[in-house]
Amino acid sequence: MSEKTDVTLTINGKDYAIAVEPRRTLADAIREDCGQTGTHIGCEHGVCGACTVIVDDAPVRSCLMFAVQAEGKAIRTVEGLADGDKLHPMQQAFMDNHGLQCGFCTPGFLMLAVGVLEREPNISDEALIDVLSSNLCRCTGYQNIIKSVRAAAQEMRK
Amino acid sequence: MSGAHTKGSGGDGMKWVGRSIRRLEDPALVQGRGRFTGDLSAAHWVRFVRSPNAAGKIKSITAPDGAMVITAADIEGVKKITPMLHKFNYKPVGQPILADGEVRFVGEAVAAVVAATEEEAEDIADLVEIDIEDAAALVDGRAAIADGAPQIHAGMPGNVIVKAEIKTPGFDDVWASAAKIVRCDARSNRQNATPMEARAAHATYDSATGRVTLHCTTQMPHLVRTAIADCLGMPESDLRVIAPDVGGGFGQKMSLCVEYVLVTWLARKLKSSVAWTEDRRENLIASFHSRDQYITLEGAFDENAKLLALRADILANTGAYSCFPTTCGMEPLMAMAEMPGPYDVQQYDCLARAVVTNTCTMGAYRGVSRPSITFTLERLMDKAAKAFAIDPLDIRRKNLITQFPYKSAMGLEYDEASYRETMETAVEAINVPAFRARQQLARDKGEYLGIGFATFSERTGYGSPAFAARGMAITPGWETVHITVDPSGFVEARIGSSPHGQGLRTTLAQIIAEEIGVPPEMIKVVHGDTDTAPYGWGTFASRSLVISGGATLIAARKIKAKLLKIAGHMLEAAETDIVLEDGKAKVAGTDREVSVAAMAREAYTQTHRFKGEIEPGLTESGTYDPPGTFSNACHVAIVRLDAETGHVKVERYLVAEDAGRIINPMIADGQVHGGVAQGIGNALLEEIIYDESGAILTANLADFMPPTAHEIPPIELHHLETPSTQSITKAKGLGEGGTIGPPAAVVNAINDALTPFNVEIDTIPATPQRIRTLLRNAERAS
Ligand code: FES
Ligand code: FES
Repeated sequence: MSEKTDVTLTINGKDYAIAVEPRRTLADAIREDCGQTGTHIGCEHGVCGACTVIVDDAPVRSCLMFAVQAEGKAIRTVEGLADGDKLHPMQQAFMDNHGLQCGFCTPGFLMLAVGVLEREPNISDEALIDVLSSNLCRCTGYQNIIKSVRAAAQEMRK
Repeated sequence: MSGAHTKGSGGDGMKWVGRSIRRLEDPALVQGRGRFTGDLSAAHWVRFVRSPNAAGKIKSITAPDGAMVITAADIEGVKKITPMLHKFNYKPVGQPILADGEVRFVGEAVAAVVAATEEEAEDIADLVEIDIEDAAALVDGRAAIADGAPQIHAGMPGNVIVKAEIKTPGFDDVWASAAKIVRCDARSNRQNATPMEARAAHATYDSATGRVTLHCTTQMPHLVRTAIADCLGMPESDLRVIAPDVGGGFGQKMSLCVEYVLVTWLARKLKSSVAWTEDRRENLIASFHSRDQYITLEGAFDENAKLLALRADILANTGAYSCFPTTCGMEPLMAMAEMPGPYDVQQYDCLARAVVTNTCTMGAYRGVSRPSITFTLERLMDKAAKAFAIDPLDIRRKNLITQFPYKSAMGLEYDEASYRETMETAVEAINVPAFRARQQLARDKGEYLGIGFATFSERTGYGSPAFAARGMAITPGWETVHITVDPSGFVEARIGSSPHGQGLRTTLAQIIAEEIGVPPEMIKVVHGDTDTAPYGWGTFASRSLVISGGATLIAARKIKAKLLKIAGHMLEAAETDIVLEDGKAKVAGTDREVSVAAMAREAYTQTHRFKGEIEPGLTESGTYDPPGTFSNACHVAIVRLDAETGHVKVERYLVAEDAGRIINPMIADGQVHGGVAQGIGNALLEEIIYDESGAILTANLADFMPPTAHEIPPIELHHLETPSTQSITKAKGLGEGGTIGPPAAVVNAINDALTPFNVEIDTIPATPQRIRTLLRNAERAS
């Protein structure tokens, strides 16, 4: 099982040349081989969404993808969301609206919401809740996450 | 009715307390710069091999050649975890760190595989063979006390590990005088707190000092240090425990787990770094479970529907072992102590038992027992209203406590609260007549709506006397805070409490800012590291803001006194003329001022100037151990029930709550929101299901279902503020309250919706399947 394959992952515009077993998930590779621990793992079976990253402009669950499948694709993680010191409107909105408590689910929610709003800036409130229901948060009761994403959507449309 | 209850926040001319300032915790967390235990890498990784059987003797454990596999035989000398209660017929049992000769639940750690990577450890663990002589499993609490049930632990016939009884004098006469006896048989099934971050531990050995640093995801780092040092027979000072960012705990992370003991032991043995991260399946089968209770509650009422006496039989299935430090007595004994809840009744007869079974050990989960108590009590009230043919709100109006302080039948002192006021606030806001009209219209169309109420009290912020009264060998309670103004004028508060998402860094900074007039951004709250934080108990039981907040206020007042003295010297003014604000000491009515930074510098470098009137430096401590107080709330749920499928949708949820003074309304609201969502999950969805053999059928998040954004309606909040006399900050604490109300409110609402069918549900979670079974049986019967 321990034969390793060379892959290059492009995370937030930077290349990471790593050697991983074919079974290594993208989530593990991002965290352990590339040291980007902002992406979290809450279930490893595709339900919680804590591991959500953006791959080629679509939010995906990095625990359900193998690292070798991500070769040549543009991966964005929470570490790449801010523009230098300037937070992304979504990050700012989560802070302003108390969209996080323990913060464990937060990177996944941020990437999910950013990924969706980039594709669908005028998403309806109803569709937004639909999308947000794909990730789990155990702290916030979702109220302020929804509020945060709505606030960021307005900001991002500007 | 007495006392002052104000609506909403604010007042008192306070500058920082009472404001929704943004959390100081957030900038790092939204940028992925949080530090969680699982972010650390290690030289060795551990994978636990867990029992596939619920009960039986271990015949053999076979490890693949060359693999490092640790079993009970290897850790001889490591003590079992043996929590103590010096009361209530408690029978102590020890939980071995690795199963020793016998297994008692599916998921019990039998062996630990150590390898260079997580994957390798997993692969090897798959090859470890455990041969167990299978014995019959006992998974249900009632089956455990039935005649002829197998014994889980030697010397514990009947499997009752703790039993307590109380009966007030004169009970029988009052009972006999009742006009009506109303009964409720309630069942709360087993649940799991499910923090999004599962458990994890990382231990590193320092060869220079011989010390081990254990990072772990815990709510109580100091107690973890004490307990592990005890188990391993090592000096406590050789162990440093760090709770870095913790991804939610909800009680599950306030008990000591065997895995952390073993990881620490391994780091010492290997003189290296060793890590374990729990996967979700392990978390669901082998971390601490909760809620598993059967409660039979009977109320004796007079002809005016006034409650005269309560009789309770409380049976908690607390799993195979007793959890440390709170013990398996936690659920049943708390239910016994707090059962009468917000109702005025002085006659009480209660039998409370914890039983052991072949299931995962039960620990705390947000709300502890109160969700079950409130569920039962509020079901009883609705049933009584029906029996007397009066409005469910009227029966509450007749029976809620309105005079304070109040001494309960169990001897608890209730300080000023607002049971009636919160209920009336909720009733007004929800507009019951409008709902009833809508309900009728819907019913005519074959649609079923229901409304349900839950009023309750939440015991919060209680100190060591309350734990001592339970007979606990470990009586948590007090907290200590050290505040230092450093020579640059920045403030650091080191606290014994250990938050995991509650925003305590921000709220405590607000308390300090209020006293000494520096903005919260200049105040750092340091926690979760036994090397740098004073000994403390951690964060649980809605205690941190009350107790750590109280200690913070005491320390901050001392700092303030010292700053005023320094300012008096530097500004040559009377202390009484000086105010601290905007990071400065100012002489009132003049333009003379000096910055806190300048004063701090003097306190360290120019001590001779103060003529021996102050101690050098600028550090003060506060310790606080309050008697405890009670928050309270009324929750209202409106649900829509699909009679065809049994599906329940919560359409509207309203909370009117009173947690005393609110330090940061935004954070307080967030606590309530999160609690309510967990409570709705508890009411409708979440259930750990064992089959007859003791295997868990709900070992992933698709089967054990925490609610998503879809299931949680907008939550409407109304605040009342009854300042607490039992808490020096006047805050009462509210971390758990949100979770306590929903099972009662939601299930009362479901039963209201079910009225036309003449069936009732008294079990949580009230799943579609359970509701459909009731409806189907009713159809058949008619
Ligand atoms: S960790 Fe990937 S969905 Fe939960
Ligand atoms: S903020 Fe804790 S899980 Fe979402």
